[in-house]
Amino acid sequence: VRARLLSNSLRSKLDKAVKNNDLVLFMKGTPDQPLCGFSRAAVQILGVQGVDLTKHKTFNVLEDDELREGIKEYSSWPTIPQVYIKGEFIGGTDILLNMHQSGDLEELLSSKGL
Amino acid sequence: MSEIVTQEHLTAALKERLQAEHVEIIDNSGGCGSAYEVIIVSSLFEGKSLLERHRLVNEKLKDEIAKIHAFSQKSYTPTQWSSMNQTQK
Repeated sequence: VRARLLSNSLRSKLDKAVKNNDLVLFMKGTPDQPLCGFSRAAVQILGVQGVDLTKHKTFNVLEDDELREGIKEYSSWPTIPQVYIKGEFIGGTDILLNMHQSGDLEELLSSKGL
Repeated sequence: MSEIVTQEHLTAALKERLQAEHVEIIDNSGGCGSAYEVIIVSSLFEGKSLLERHRLVNEKLKDEIAKIHAFSQKSYTPTQWSSMNQTQK
């Protein structure tokens, strides 16, 4: 039996974080020091789009095992990084890159005032 | 199911569970666990957004993805795939 990974307190913390911040990035490492190529790519794509991550909320899942597993259940998404914009789950690096290349990311960010 | 997810297993699973008509797997395992980059062409992606397509793949490959260190996917409909390949020629 798979243990329930997402406690109520973590769920409410995550609800609060994604609702109260325009952009939230769950990643391995920090924007200054990403510790995985996928997280680095996500930081770089957002950087190219002019998103200043120092002004947004980022979580380093490597510092918190409960968060690392809990966020996967919260988002129903199996991998890190994960991006939320205005409370809405956008996706991981594959989706960000695809949206970046198609121009959809720029459009989304500007429509959300970011 | 064995603990190691092989390319053969992944290809077979994608063809069966997603009715994929074309699958390409690039093994990027760099010494820190298996890492796969997968191209999937399936008519099941028709009419679905990128997020919905990825969620479908994630759902169908739940057990495998949990065992793989890194999993990267590109999902195309047969129409998108054939027009991409024509552009390259």
